[in-house]
Amino acid sequence: MKDLKTPGRPWTSSPSARALGALVAVLLLGALFNAEGAFFKWGTHRDMLRAVSVFGILACGMTGVIISGGIDLSVGSILALASVTFSLLTIHWHWAAPWAVLACLGVGMACGLCSGALVAKAKMQPFIATLAMMVFARGLAKWVTGGEKISQAVKQSDGTFAYVDLPPLFKWIDSRILYDNISVVTLVFLTCLLLCWVLLNKLRAGRYIYAVGGNEEAARLSGVPVGLIRIVTYGVSGLCCAVAGMCQACQEYQGDPEAGAGYELSAIAMVVIGGTSLNGGKGSIWLTLIGVLTIGYLDKILSINAVGEDKRLMLTGIIVVAAVLLQKSRR
Amino acid sequence: MTTPLLQMKGIGKSFGANRVLQDVHLDLFAGEVHILAGENGAGKSTLINILGGVHQDYEGQILLDGTARQFKSVLEAARHGIAVIHQELSLVNTLSVADNLFLGREVCRWSWLQRTSMLAQARQWLAALDLDIDVTCPVEQYPVGIRQMIEICKALSLQSRIMVMDEPTSALTEPESQRLFGLIDTLKQRGVGIIYITHKMEEIYRIGDRITVLRDGQAIGTARSHLLPQDTLVTWMVGRTIQEQFPNHAPHTGEVCLQARHFTVPDPDRRGACVVDHVNLAVHAGEIVGVAGLQGSGNSALLNGLFGTFGRRVQGDVQINGRPYTAFSPGHSIARGMALVTNDRKTTGLIASMNIIQNVTLASLKAFCEGGFLQPKAERRAAAQQSRALNLKASSLNEDMDCLSGGNQQKVVLAKWLETRPRILLLDDPCRGVDIGAKHEIYELMTRLCTEGVAIVLVSSEMPELLCMSDRILVMHRGQVTLALNRDEATQEKILYAALGKRNNA
Ligand SMILES: Nc1ncnc2c1ncn2[C@@H]1O[C@H](COP(=O)(O)OP(=O)(O)OP(=O)(O)O)[C@@H](O)[C@H]1O
Ligand SMILES: [Mg+2]
Repeated sequence: MKDLKTPGRPWTSSPSARALGALVAVLLLGALFNAEGAFFKWGTHRDMLRAVSVFGILACGMTGVIISGGIDLSVGSILALASVTFSLLTIHWHWAAPWAVLACLGVGMACGLCSGALVAKAKMQPFIATLAMMVFARGLAKWVTGGEKISQAVKQSDGTFAYVDLPPLFKWIDSRILYDNISVVTLVFLTCLLLCWVLLNKLRAGRYIYAVGGNEEAARLSGVPVGLIRIVTYGVSGLCCAVAGMCQACQEYQGDPEAGAGYELSAIAMVVIGGTSLNGGKGSIWLTLIGVLTIGYLDKILSINAVGEDKRLMLTGIIVVAAVLLQKSRR
Repeated sequence: MTTPLLQMKGIGKSFGANRVLQDVHLDLFAGEVHILAGENGAGKSTLINILGGVHQDYEGQILLDGTARQFKSVLEAARHGIAVIHQELSLVNTLSVADNLFLGREVCRWSWLQRTSMLAQARQWLAALDLDIDVTCPVEQYPVGIRQMIEICKALSLQSRIMVMDEPTSALTEPESQRLFGLIDTLKQRGVGIIYITHKMEEIYRIGDRITVLRDGQAIGTARSHLLPQDTLVTWMVGRTIQEQFPNHAPHTGEVCLQARHFTVPDPDRRGACVVDHVNLAVHAGEIVGVAGLQGSGNSALLNGLFGTFGRRVQGDVQINGRPYTAFSPGHSIARGMALVTNDRKTTGLIASMNIIQNVTLASLKAFCEGGFLQPKAERRAAAQQSRALNLKASSLNEDMDCLSGGNQQKVVLAKWLETRPRILLLDDPCRGVDIGAKHEIYELMTRLCTEGVAIVLVSSEMPELLCMSDRILVMHRGQVTLALNRDEATQEKILYAALGKRNNA
């Protein structure tokens, strides 16, 4: 975090301070409209974290892609693909959990690497390449499942439904630990966050990701393997999608080929609200965490105050713009 | 006395806690060229940015024709007749030359663009600088030197009363600079006041009427240029005397380090044409080979081709230390001990969004890793060492690139490549925008590297630099080597003659 600050400039103009400003504003909003004290209960915060975790995991992968100057529109579809694959393997085919998890990670990463190769080797625009992947993965998810949801109700050959037991992993991921104080999915999200932090801030590859996003030509002339780095960022994004997909399946007790529609926009919004630049080269995983929390709290505050869907959407739009303007004004 | 065209009184400016200008006075009369000189980071660009309306939060007063003005934007400054050529090129690379010239003040009738009229005017302005280029081509197709000329044209076409030029010749070759000086003379006769920033001594005395020197944000003094001898000027600038600009350099020629035969770089835009055409080159360890030539003569392309910028599009056989080299990618070249300081720090040298440390270690990052994990302490140590050796002026090593002055950015680029500990150093205008004190250090550094057996190829837009530093000089014209000279035979005339493509019969 300390590299974000530049001496000689007031600390309020550092990106993390600006992002925190938006979060604090949202929290104040929550304290003001606290729905008769509901906002001050830990349970509210725990549920918010649970609800936002799947998006957060997607945003982790998205952060790397955006810092490298790309964009990934396929995350929602890959999430759906991973979630149906996971359900299919564990519920229908009774695979042992570790193998199923590995297979899902493989599927997610393969999709990511594919978009990465299209961008890096075939020199396609990231928008187009991942748009194609978004459509393709959605189609694949539907084809695998025949368009049906994969749940406990397994259709038998004679047309009746038999109920099978859910594998224990489903229950565990959907449970809360530490005396009911935190959801397992939230811990999964935090783990992803930590791993991405290591990748972006501690590893050489991470420095290269920033370099490629900052100035691709200068990076290439400095010996940075630009193509490889691009592929890696999309691969990591694909992995995150797979993790998010499995969490989603566990939370819903089913694999839904329609899941995750529109999630890519939420993930991008979370990254950008944190202050990571869509132009690439600037940003950090902590900014993404702040962005995730900002949007998460916003949603939660609106829902505990029982604001209707219509007004909620309008307010979200307005507040997102306000948050971004708030960041800009102090530059 | 007439009132000055422009007076800047008691100008002060800070970036956060960093005080960069302190009580600076500057005045400019109609028809004079006022030189602004000083070390890298002295505050020259900041001062003219204040004049040009880039910075609005400053102390002091700006008076135009005796009336106080406060510009709230670049546009407002332009409307008051101030045209600025900035140090870093500010063209839109994907737009055509003509579109760039008229950006923001397109010729329109009922908001329809008048293309023919704009193209005609654009050609006229370019002709004034003898620039023969296609005005409908995107700017990115041209080398930096041409882009800089386009930038100059753009400012000229504003027909302002006050012209500010921040190192306009840093990427120009001799003949192009001469053309600019001719133009400056006509502007002076028309009563235009010119503020001119440069690090080149010859220019200061060639065109300057008065000189103001800045050091550490303070105006050291103003004097008529013919009353200010060069030694005093240098002492004003750096605060000490520099005896010899160029160090005494004896060649330490060893084995052949880099050898290229029939090296050819095809032109990506025209099929069948070549930017570098069957060039033979041999560089020995401990030797500095200078490559002279005008813009587009292929000298930059030669360095880039050897380094692998163009990938495997290049042809010909190249040997490094006697072993054939065919991979031609920057990564491979670096691994074989090559380094290339490119001539355009903004687009190919620096990563603006990263700080000094990260830029310095970028090309040699493997050396700062253990098992893929970065070692921040080692990185910081290396960056600190390089910045001390190059006398880098920055308030901290965590500073972002856009907080550095132009010359200091150039030093960061040099530091990045020196950090790779190259055996073959390809330098494409390494001293672009560097002040004379630092230039001196860089020249000494080059000599020291030579004694250590590093082979250096030097492309430079500055003739004295080429003449004094090179052991041998090759002159290129339209992609071919037209003349090869030893150090003692080389003169400015011979080089210019060959660079212009005239056969030497003597
Ligand atoms: N945007 C900025 N933010 C913070 N500091 C800055 C910024 N721009 C310039 N500085 C600092 O102000 C000082 C003066 O910079 P300036 O660009 O005016 O130098 P200069 O005299 O033009 O040098 P050069 O000859 O290298 O171009 C430098 O120390 C630089 O670090
Ligand atoms: Mg400057």
